[in-house]
Amino acid sequence: MKILVCIKQVPDTTEIKIDPVTKTLVREGVPAIMNPDDKGGLEFALQLKDKFGAEVTVITMGIPAAEVILREAFAMGADRAILLTDRKLGGADTLATSKQIAAVARQLEWDLIIAGRQAIDGDTAQVGPEISEHLGIPQITYVAGLEFDPDTQTYTVTKENEDGYQVLQFQGKALLTCLASAVKPRYMSVGGIVDAYGKEVEVWGADRLGLADEEMGLKGSPTKVVRSFTKELKAPGVIHEVDPEAAVELIVAKLKEKHII
Amino acid sequence: MDFNLNKTQELFRQMIREFAEKEVKPLAAEIDEQERFPQETVDKMAPLGIFGIPVPKKYGGAGGDNLMYSIAVEELSRCCATTGVVVSAHTSLCMSPILQFGTEEQKMKYVPKLASGQWIGAFGLTEPNAGTDAAGQQTTAVLDGDEWVINGNKIFITNAGHADVYIVIAMTDKSLGTKGISAFIVEATTPGFSVGKKELKMGIRGSATAELIFTNVRIPKENLLGKVGEGFKIAMMTLDGGRIGIASQALGIAQGALDETVKYTKERKQFGKAIAKFQNTQFQMADLKTKIEAARLLVRSAACKEDEHVANPKVNFSADAAMAKLYAAEVAMEVTTKCVQFHGGYGYTREYPVERMMRDAKITEIYEGTSEVQRMVIAGKLFGKIK
Repeated sequence: MKILVCIKQVPDTTEIKIDPVTKTLVREGVPAIMNPDDKGGLEFALQLKDKFGAEVTVITMGIPAAEVILREAFAMGADRAILLTDRKLGGADTLATSKQIAAVARQLEWDLIIAGRQAIDGDTAQVGPEISEHLGIPQITYVAGLEFDPDTQTYTVTKENEDGYQVLQFQGKALLTCLASAVKPRYMSVGGIVDAYGKEVEVWGADRLGLADEEMGLKGSPTKVVRSFTKELKAPGVIHEVDPEAAVELIVAKLKEKHII
Repeated sequence: MDFNLNKTQELFRQMIREFAEKEVKPLAAEIDEQERFPQETVDKMAPLGIFGIPVPKKYGGAGGDNLMYSIAVEELSRCCATTGVVVSAHTSLCMSPILQFGTEEQKMKYVPKLASGQWIGAFGLTEPNAGTDAAGQQTTAVLDGDEWVINGNKIFITNAGHADVYIVIAMTDKSLGTKGISAFIVEATTPGFSVGKKELKMGIRGSATAELIFTNVRIPKENLLGKVGEGFKIAMMTLDGGRIGIASQALGIAQGALDETVKYTKERKQFGKAIAKFQNTQFQMADLKTKIEAARLLVRSAACKEDEHVANPKVNFSADAAMAKLYAAEVAMEVTTKCVQFHGGYGYTREYPVERMMRDAKITEIYEGTSEVQRMVIAGKLFGKIK
């Protein structure tokens, strides 16, 4: 079994700041981490490795410094790591990114692709599903559980919905997007850390993708960011402590006041 | 000269910080309150390789170095000093002397089990009448055929009762003084070996500290560690490494208290503003931070010197370890005492962790050689022989 896991380096903050001039994320001074959903996906892959000896390849697209999350993946137990990095790929939106990752995937052998549901910086949840579309394979999103039966070669997936879970089974190739909340990723082992920087991270450039220039990076990105802003806090609401009958009158009066009814 | 951690050490520091914050910190108050050995944390640390950090992979270790080991004890102790000393006593006082003085057979037999955390290790030197004056050993070991027969008592033994293997120092020929002392490897399951009274302590209360009782304990002849008569030297060299562990523990306690106090003084308001805005707070905290950084440089420098010693046994790091421990322990005591003061009345309660940290810090000035012993070691190196 060969598994390809897509991971991304993201700023470790819940308080994202936007540069008012460039409208892009301020990354300076913010520690970078492996995106939590992606780490959950890697854990699912490593569990299949523990049980069935799967070979786990991690891939990331990003700046050269993103290499550190690949080292982290090695220290957790990944077997192979690919860093897709090239100035030509900069400014890619989800469409260009997914094309680029799919172009790498086409050149590798794999049985399963695992990605995180979404990254905590962009929050689009688009790249995983788009990769599956480019590759023409089925996708299951919001994965909260993953089992494999080697006798029947069947995967059993628990998919989280708003109001419950769906249990799905499939055979053959597919792409899954996973939830960080569903699994507790393992810590890097000490021995794994000692070895991590001695292993080879394969660096791929745009020239290896076989894509036209207009399909990659900013040129291949139809998404235009018109404006980004930090949401301003609204004024606190007013609390009326009244009995239910008075509350009805109050609400009706307020709704009339606002011309809602 | 490069004072920065390399990439491997930095990745390791991040892992151990995250582990300590998520797995160790939430238990720290509870194990202190209940005076309970943190077995569940031991079980979590073992598969990650934390019990075998500076051990070559050949012996089942992680293949790291003593600087990484020091960082581990520091980061664990930043959240819980008990957890720090469990790892420190195991690594420095049990595994390290086997690696340094053991035969290949002894290393292959014991180190893989210890490095994997399957077995926990401990070290027995101190006796009721042989503390700082460690040469006054009354525990005896007598060769009887193919077995050594050990009789006597050890006290204040860290990890006692939870350890599976003990390095035990005993007198083999009293007429030779310190040259008549030898070191042995004793398994906890050996008949005649038992663990006595558990001490009720001021701090590091989750750490098991107890008496070891040897009543005609018969161990195989091949469990002698090093040569007959080398025990005192082995004990002293073992303590050199142990002192880096304790210095790292002290450093971690100090850093933990400082971090808690930065957080508290920014939140706590008096006279209409956060107490961190008062210059008295800022100046005192600046001094504490400076002392912690100085201690860190001494501790890391000593750990690097120990790594040099591993590569080249002629390199001596006794004074480096002594200076690191002396300074870090005194800084830990000063920092934690002042951090309790910054917390005011709340700091004196168990609602906040700084009172525990202050209690924990005190032992670092005492065990594995008191601060006075460290001064003796440093002065000995400074003056050499005085005519």
